[in-house]
Amino acid sequence: MITLNDVSKTYAKTFKKGTSIKAVDHVSLSIEQGEIFGIIGYSGAGKSTLIRMLNGLEKPTEGTVKVAGRDMGAIKGRELRKARKEVSMIFQHFNLLWSRTVSENIEFPLEIAKVPKKIRKARVQELIKLVGLEGRGDAYPSQLSGGQKQRVGIARALANNPKVLLCDEATSALDPQTTDDILDLLVDINKRLGLTIVLITHEMHVIRKICHRVAVMERGQVVESGQVLDVFKKPKAPITKRFVQQVTEPEETKETIEHMLEAYPTGKVVQLSFIGESAETPVLSDVIRSYKINVNIMQGKISQTQNGSYGTLFIHVDGEQSEVAKAIDYLHKQDIGVEVISE
Amino acid sequence: MIETYFPNVMWERISEATQETIYMTVIALVATFFLGIILGLLLFLTSKGNLWENKLIYGVVAAFVNIFRSIPFIILIVLLIPFTKALVGSIIGANAALPALIIGAAPFYARMVEIGLREIDKGVIEAAKSMGATSFTIIWKVLLPESLPALVSGITVTAIALVGYTAMAGMIGAGGLGNLAYLEGFSRGQADVTLVATILVLIIVFVLQFIGDIITRKLDKR
Repeated sequence: MITLNDVSKTYAKTFKKGTSIKAVDHVSLSIEQGEIFGIIGYSGAGKSTLIRMLNGLEKPTEGTVKVAGRDMGAIKGRELRKARKEVSMIFQHFNLLWSRTVSENIEFPLEIAKVPKKIRKARVQELIKLVGLEGRGDAYPSQLSGGQKQRVGIARALANNPKVLLCDEATSALDPQTTDDILDLLVDINKRLGLTIVLITHEMHVIRKICHRVAVMERGQVVESGQVLDVFKKPKAPITKRFVQQVTEPEETKETIEHMLEAYPTGKVVQLSFIGESAETPVLSDVIRSYKINVNIMQGKISQTQNGSYGTLFIHVDGEQSEVAKAIDYLHKQDIGVEVISE
Repeated sequence: MIETYFPNVMWERISEATQETIYMTVIALVATFFLGIILGLLLFLTSKGNLWENKLIYGVVAAFVNIFRSIPFIILIVLLIPFTKALVGSIIGANAALPALIIGAAPFYARMVEIGLREIDKGVIEAAKSMGATSFTIIWKVLLPESLPALVSGITVTAIALVGYTAMAGMIGAGGLGNLAYLEGFSRGQADVTLVATILVLIIVFVLQFIGDIITRKLDKR
């Protein structure tokens, strides 16, 4: 559905002297039909520029961007406007027209597409229902909450039955509860309409909750990409590890571990990571039965991703040194991730 | 009783002068509204980072606007006498005042239109682009409706300035309340005429402000 081939975007620096800025640096990606693809990175990583190349709001300076069979970097005018009706976008700050009601906002892209008035009205009703805004059609955006505004944004984006939906930090301005509601709505739309969704975010929570695949961006480059679960299991780049920690390790983990190490000067602290089915085998009780050790559970968390669940468990293993070593050896042989954090 | 307090006032002349003032203001206002919006749109669209970014056109329009906005109105009228004569055929009467009024007020309004357009969130324009809107659609369905309260409050301020301009135009023979206050009030030492003319100008200004405020409030859904 979407193919980026060795795409770069360089901004010539005109004011002040200095070098030009390479916002996107030789990125190649391929996104399948019906997939929810996440691009994560801190601000300034180039993800905003990258997503804007997918609907031609930015043109690549090198490489090709193909979306639904069209070369978005090359087409112009009428052809580009036609393509944009198939690749719609939602925004962090919603970007609704305050002078129009909810219904009129949703109707706007239909007016642009020159859909006859009667069909427009019917389609608007359908969309209002789809995003759960029944009864708010005549409200103005200023009368809505952030979550409701984003629902209008989504309805507006879906009006012309696009093939691809681009989400530009769509939940970054929302509170956690509303974020989850909007993410659920996106998954629902993805499943029901078979829509390809590309989203950019700086929150790993968003990736974890709805994405099938993820690409991590840093300084204009994609430093890592793959199935969300794989990236969670074995993050390679340091930046990816930081992002994964956002969701797998609660903030107080480090303090808890330090505290435990002081309380129990002997033994080892081990971090176990469980992926998918391995989370369901009774590894811990096997270890306790087979070796003469004591196991103390310090902290644990299970996260759901679109391709399965992912859990982390911090345990403190104590006992005779040889037994502890054997137990850890045994754990290594299981289908789980084992990392000895400290002696 | 009125005759004791305003012995010199000829009410027919007052009514005639008021009509002239209103006539000049309304005609000039309508023309200023359209011309100002066109110039303001041009200024906005050709400025840096916008739809039709073009340094040359921006420079030319901005220079035109700045020059005509800076010339004191009373001098502008005198400067435009040859132009007015060629266009209207006379330099006396309400119609003769119109070219100067419009050329004086339109640049002033154009700047306010530009400021109003600048206040529109860039993201909204980007959203319209991302939906495949043409430039015409963006102007007609995004820029103008979204800046409408600013456009209306701007035209209100311009209207009030225009009433002031008509009074100045009156001094050199365009008729209206300014002419009346000067020629029949000041020159003949009839203070009561000046007073009545002043009160009528004030009423016109208050009415304009009142209407402008109501419309602005009605339009603003933010």
